[in-house]
Amino acid sequence: MAAAKKPKKANLDKDELLDFYREMLLIRRFEEKAGQLYGMGLIGGFCHLYIGQEAIVVGLEASAIEGDQRVTSYRDHGHMLACGMDPKGVMAELTGREGGYSRGKGGSMHMFSREKNFYGGHGIVGAQVPIGAGLAFANWYRGNDNVSFAYFGDGAANQGQVYETFNMASLWKLPCVFVIENNKYAMGTSLQRGSSTPELYTRGAAFGIPGEAVDGMDVLAVKAAGAKAVAHCRSGKGPYILEMNTYRYRGHSMSDPAKYRTREEVQKVKDERDPIDHVRELLVGGKHATEADLKAIDKEIKKVVIEAADFATQSPEPELSELYTDILAEAN
Amino acid sequence: MAINILMPALSPTMEEGNLAKWLVKEGDSVESGDILCEIETDKATMEFEAVDEGVIGKILVADGSEGVKVNTPIAVLLEEGESADATPSTAPATTEETTGKTTEEITEETLTEAEAPAATAPVASTPVEQDLPAGTTFKSQTVREAIRDAMSEEMRRSEDVFLMGEEVAQYEGAYKVSQGMLDEFGPKRVIDTPITEHGFTGIAVGAAFAGLNPIVEFMTFNFAMQALDQIVNSAAKTRYMSGGQMTCPIVFRGANGAASRVGAQHSHDYASMYAQIPGLKVVMPYSADDYKGLLKSAIRDPNPVIFLENEILYGRSFDVPEIEDYTVPIGKARIWREGDDVTIVSFGIGMQYALEAADKLAEEGISAEVIDLRTLRPMDTETVIKSVMKTNRCVTVEEGFPVVSIGGHISATIMQEAFDYLDAPVINCTGKDVPMPYAANLEKLALVTTDEVIAAVKSVTYR
Repeated sequence: MAAAKKPKKANLDKDELLDFYREMLLIRRFEEKAGQLYGMGLIGGFCHLYIGQEAIVVGLEASAIEGDQRVTSYRDHGHMLACGMDPKGVMAELTGREGGYSRGKGGSMHMFSREKNFYGGHGIVGAQVPIGAGLAFANWYRGNDNVSFAYFGDGAANQGQVYETFNMASLWKLPCVFVIENNKYAMGTSLQRGSSTPELYTRGAAFGIPGEAVDGMDVLAVKAAGAKAVAHCRSGKGPYILEMNTYRYRGHSMSDPAKYRTREEVQKVKDERDPIDHVRELLVGGKHATEADLKAIDKEIKKVVIEAADFATQSPEPELSELYTDILAEAN
Repeated sequence: MAINILMPALSPTMEEGNLAKWLVKEGDSVESGDILCEIETDKATMEFEAVDEGVIGKILVADGSEGVKVNTPIAVLLEEGESADATPSTAPATTEETTGKTTEEITEETLTEAEAPAATAPVASTPVEQDLPAGTTFKSQTVREAIRDAMSEEMRRSEDVFLMGEEVAQYEGAYKVSQGMLDEFGPKRVIDTPITEHGFTGIAVGAAFAGLNPIVEFMTFNFAMQALDQIVNSAAKTRYMSGGQMTCPIVFRGANGAASRVGAQHSHDYASMYAQIPGLKVVMPYSADDYKGLLKSAIRDPNPVIFLENEILYGRSFDVPEIEDYTVPIGKARIWREGDDVTIVSFGIGMQYALEAADKLAEEGISAEVIDLRTLRPMDTETVIKSVMKTNRCVTVEEGFPVVSIGGHISATIMQEAFDYLDAPVINCTGKDVPMPYAANLEKLALVTTDEVIAAVKSVTYR
């Protein structure tokens, strides 16, 4: 069991840093826009924003190769953007339109992309964990080199099926990276109030699964830990647990007033640990980019997000005949 | 006093077995715990131990005897110094010897109706509509063997098909359904899981999303309650939620409904519950040929299929067509017997009561048409409606609970689509609205019976 020591920082690479900046910023701006559209009544139901947690998916995707799968919970917009899904299709699903990834039938919590090996988008807390191990099972069964990333939160980390999955994943040496996105609150219940042991990276110890705690607000630390975990899985040693210490800036969902924590607590994280500011400082401080360069990226991202929002509001609602389609696949 | 050693019941549903080998001979002294003989059931070979001490006076059933009924005296045990000629004063003198009392009750009471036609198929079992090529030959096969053959054939056909579940590999199935499969396909494709239904079901669903074709065996569907979230929320709904992008080609199969004296938590019939869920297909066959053909279709189906089996039927033999790659389409009912006076609709083990009732009713001059739905979702109501338009009367038969039952759904469908054809209200024969009791007499009362079907038919035909 690895202790919670800080992993070695990866070597700085200007282009990579700029990519990370761009990708994290896209997620943030996209989510801000989604929050805005929700407020305008254009997005309905539940909408869980990823703001604050961007470094996790962006850092981990750096270790993914073609064919690797990912699956996550309902806080899924960031994962989709990070694996290359089209912001237009994601936003149009949020607005419940024909142009959405699920053609309007899934919504914020339920989107998929066969092309990008994104397997959802699951609304039942913890249910995506065995599914992620099942994707890894398919890799094992086929004998390929792929791994699957099963993302879940600190709340899901207390679900029974997670431990059933840990047991089998370790027993069968499934190539699965279990990523615990510990944002400190399971909806309104803080980690301390809901978990007997707050060191979630140790939760695989009983099953012989190595785990480590990672600063999930530092994209380079995430990348380094991800590379190590993925190498472990690809080499046939079985699953690996990464506990990403992070923080969500917004409420659990759009309808959560977040009275369970103080404004000061949130502000402190934003001021001191913001993952995007961190990369910005590395870029500017290290003279890899100028403020003007970053402004140009901001502008470019803003354009992408506005286009996504325009598409999502202009795409028509699904045809009424779509009510009865996609229930069953046609037998061959 | 000499006592009879009786043929033991070694499982809740065992009626008879083979006496494979005696390990003692006449004149041997035995003590409690000594192994007397090996007994073969349809599931396994088991050692049978002495309960009392004494001397083996006489062996009544020889090595290799087949089809020895439970509770048949197989040997006489003498007390020390007793003559070998001594015979037990009354026939089944002791109950301790074989836990005989319970067995006797199962055999004589609970299973009389359920198991009477076990060795041979019921008289009315030759279905009237079978679309088979001329000259098709048949072989007699148990439901258990038919399921195994269906899985094995499909696993030979596609590398993507695999079987996982509790005790499916080394143990060859808790009900010995997967006999020989580990040997043929190896541990990668016949996978023993730990006892974690929720977890392994989720793993199988993930594997299906990734394009493999898992067959998940639940030891019984009672345990699938632990996995219901993955079955309903993940397997059934994902295709719709993904706008048709995702498929989940998976089969969930295992014993469903009452066995015999296993209590409320092991006797639930889940047919109507699963039949409610869009995104699932639900199959519940009766005969071995349908088990085989429908399971093969289920494995090939690109959707999640709930395949409900029955423990009592596992050992029942039926004629199975000797056709290479025999499949039966999902979603088509089967008419087992044509008739004019009433339509009896059933499925699964309910068919046994339906067919027995039809035989008895025929003796009284009432001609019943018997339909086996075989698939509950999508349901072939067209065949039912067509029949009801001819007979003008309908009785449904199922083992599940009466509230929100399959029969209730059929009644509503008939009312909507053939109201003017009905000459009497439809009657639903179901299990009773109680958790399954353990006591033999109460369990018998809780289950649907042939007599109830006959009474219902007489009621709708005003006889």
